[in-house]
Amino acid sequence: MLLDLRRAITASIVFFVILGLAYPLAETGIGQALFNHQANGSLTANGSERIGQTWDGPQWFHGRADGDDPTATGGSNLGPRSKELLDKYRERIAGLEKEGVTPHQDLVSASGSGVDPDISPDAAYAQVPSVAKARGQSDDKLRALVERHVQGPQFGFLGASHVNVLELNEELATLR
Amino acid sequence: MAFVWTIVALVVVLALCWRFLGAYMVAVYEGRVRWLAKVERPIYRVIGADPQAEQTWKRYASSVIVFSAISLLISYGIFRLQEHLPFNPEHMPGVEWHTAWNTAVSFVTNTNWQSYSGESTMSYLSQMGALAVQNFVSAAVGMAVAVALIRGFSRRGSKTIGNFWVDLVRGTIYVLLPIAFVAAIVFISQGALQTLAGHAEVGNALNGASQTLPRGPIASQEVIKQLGTNGGGFFNANGAGPFENPTGLTNFLSIVLILCIPVALTYTFGKMVFSVRQGVAILAVMTVLFGGWLTMTAVAEQQGNPALAETGMSQPLGNMEGKETRFGALSSSLYNVTSTQTSTGSVNSAADSYTPIGGMAMLTGMMLGEVSPGGVGTGVYGILMFAVITVFIGGLMVGRTPEYLGKKIQAKEVKLAALGVLVMPITVLVLTAIATAVSAGKAGPLNAGPHGFSEILYAYTSQTNNNGSGFGGLSANTPFYNVTGTIGLLLGRFAIIIPALALAGSLAEKHVVPTSLGTFRTDKPMFVGLLTGVVLVIGGLTFFPAVALGPIVEQLSHGMFW
Repeated sequence: MLLDLRRAITASIVFFVILGLAYPLAETGIGQALFNHQANGSLTANGSERIGQTWDGPQWFHGRADGDDPTATGGSNLGPRSKELLDKYRERIAGLEKEGVTPHQDLVSASGSGVDPDISPDAAYAQVPSVAKARGQSDDKLRALVERHVQGPQFGFLGASHVNVLELNEELATLR
Repeated sequence: MAFVWTIVALVVVLALCWRFLGAYMVAVYEGRVRWLAKVERPIYRVIGADPQAEQTWKRYASSVIVFSAISLLISYGIFRLQEHLPFNPEHMPGVEWHTAWNTAVSFVTNTNWQSYSGESTMSYLSQMGALAVQNFVSAAVGMAVAVALIRGFSRRGSKTIGNFWVDLVRGTIYVLLPIAFVAAIVFISQGALQTLAGHAEVGNALNGASQTLPRGPIASQEVIKQLGTNGGGFFNANGAGPFENPTGLTNFLSIVLILCIPVALTYTFGKMVFSVRQGVAILAVMTVLFGGWLTMTAVAEQQGNPALAETGMSQPLGNMEGKETRFGALSSSLYNVTSTQTSTGSVNSAADSYTPIGGMAMLTGMMLGEVSPGGVGTGVYGILMFAVITVFIGGLMVGRTPEYLGKKIQAKEVKLAALGVLVMPITVLVLTAIATAVSAGKAGPLNAGPHGFSEILYAYTSQTNNNGSGFGGLSANTPFYNVTGTIGLLLGRFAIIIPALALAGSLAEKHVVPTSLGTFRTDKPMFVGLLTGVVLVIGGLTFFPAVALGPIVEQLSHGMFW
């Protein structure tokens, strides 16, 4: 028992040094050296490419119905038969319709992270008429814009097709 | 269609893991792998372990318990004192006693149930030096116990079942660390963070948004949380968070990392008991159960969210509430089923917002005892206990003393296996009953109606099975839930490990009886069917009433909302 105790303590110290310090610090060194942009959060002048933001008004493409607060991540956790969830859906649909945006399931449902940076291609196409109207652009031009931004599934088979809302809106802002 | 290819790719990769990682682990635990001897030997010297010395099952078990107890104290200490320790750029204060206690127990037991939010609670030292270290060693402990039980079957007339310290070190440095090291680099390349810098403040002139981005050494922790079937996220969102699981590739790799060791251990088992076919039979049971539960979840999630359907909106993408766009409903279902059929518990989508049947699949996946394929090590020793019960039932049918792998299964072995199998359901049901009866328990659920009950049932099922996923709506960070949950965590770990090691000790001493015409073959479809049936019947009989009160009522309540 005493022998076990001594072994447990020394083993814990050894593991702390190897697994708790050497391993993560070595990975940090490698990550910072080889993939500096990604390792630090894929930051751009307009925020992180990986983290969703809230876009208000018909002149922008909207993202998921998230809080977009990276310091408090997570989903709504509302169950499939939650009255609160049903009320929220009705409210969001009404809000979008008031803005002249065709509601799509991506735009009224919250994601798992609360900071989903993407929407499905269909959700982007559904917003083309309202964005085009607000910006005085042609539908065709915006549809082509969305098409350029459709990504995935990765390697053709991993995950689902999606459009990064930040990248889409960044290019939208440069359209004349 | 893309999803079909995802499954094909997964099967191919896992088949390779099964054959090659499985064989590699045989060599590791038999001491034939030495490429890191320069690291391995000094560790034995420092901890004073003799790689040649062996332990009886009692000494093995006491080493497991003492090591876990010390791990627990150190982790608890780091959480409590983190404000005075280095690697704390955001000046996180010490963690509350009940949260620190629950978290320390949770990570030492390979559960990673998290009643806290990582981004607002833990310093980088707590994440790296306590949580990630336990991700490694709690997994290595599980693997060690599995290997010890396998030795029980393969040895004849032996008093000893191996040396815990040697198994612990070998599993950690030869299996877990090298795989994690490579996988972390892939994760970083895809966009998982790996930095010691603190929060980043960002703004966007286009929409006037400003955000605070918590960061940290994430990738290194993310990969071992999957590989060790631990599951605890760096952030509250866990594998749904884009900084932890940024792309379709990392999502796929997460699933591979979770499944590779539990699947490969069935080859290790077969090889060590001198019949790979025995391992194939076990793997077949695991695959049947996994396939059934995956189908159930994927079909349910394709149906869409009942609340959104009530508004009349069409849902071609399936139920997307709580799911990430880049994964979609199918890959999300695959991830969460993988996580709950093992002891992982990481999620890439909010379990609480799954359809009633999808949520039930995750809940009942754990209730079967997590043997399909189960956690690293825990899955193999779990299903071997079910196998002992299966041959016992088979023996009763024909009136003959049962054997498994040539060892006579007698009253002692059956009692130990039954104990190991029954601890979990008893603990889950008693704790759930208590929580639904007292006000501190009833205050927990976010959702009303049957879903609120499901949240409580899920919490204790998850903790007692050392899974760690949650119906996240439950406010579990209270003294009541933290302390009662700890009871489930400890019983679910050690009240199963000790019978498993006792079983190993008892079996190792036995000699092999020669196979005869009357021997019930355990490498044939008949046994696969019977073992699958035993797992389903034990889980079904113990949990059906409880599940009926939660997800089943919810599924049947068309048009009703609470």
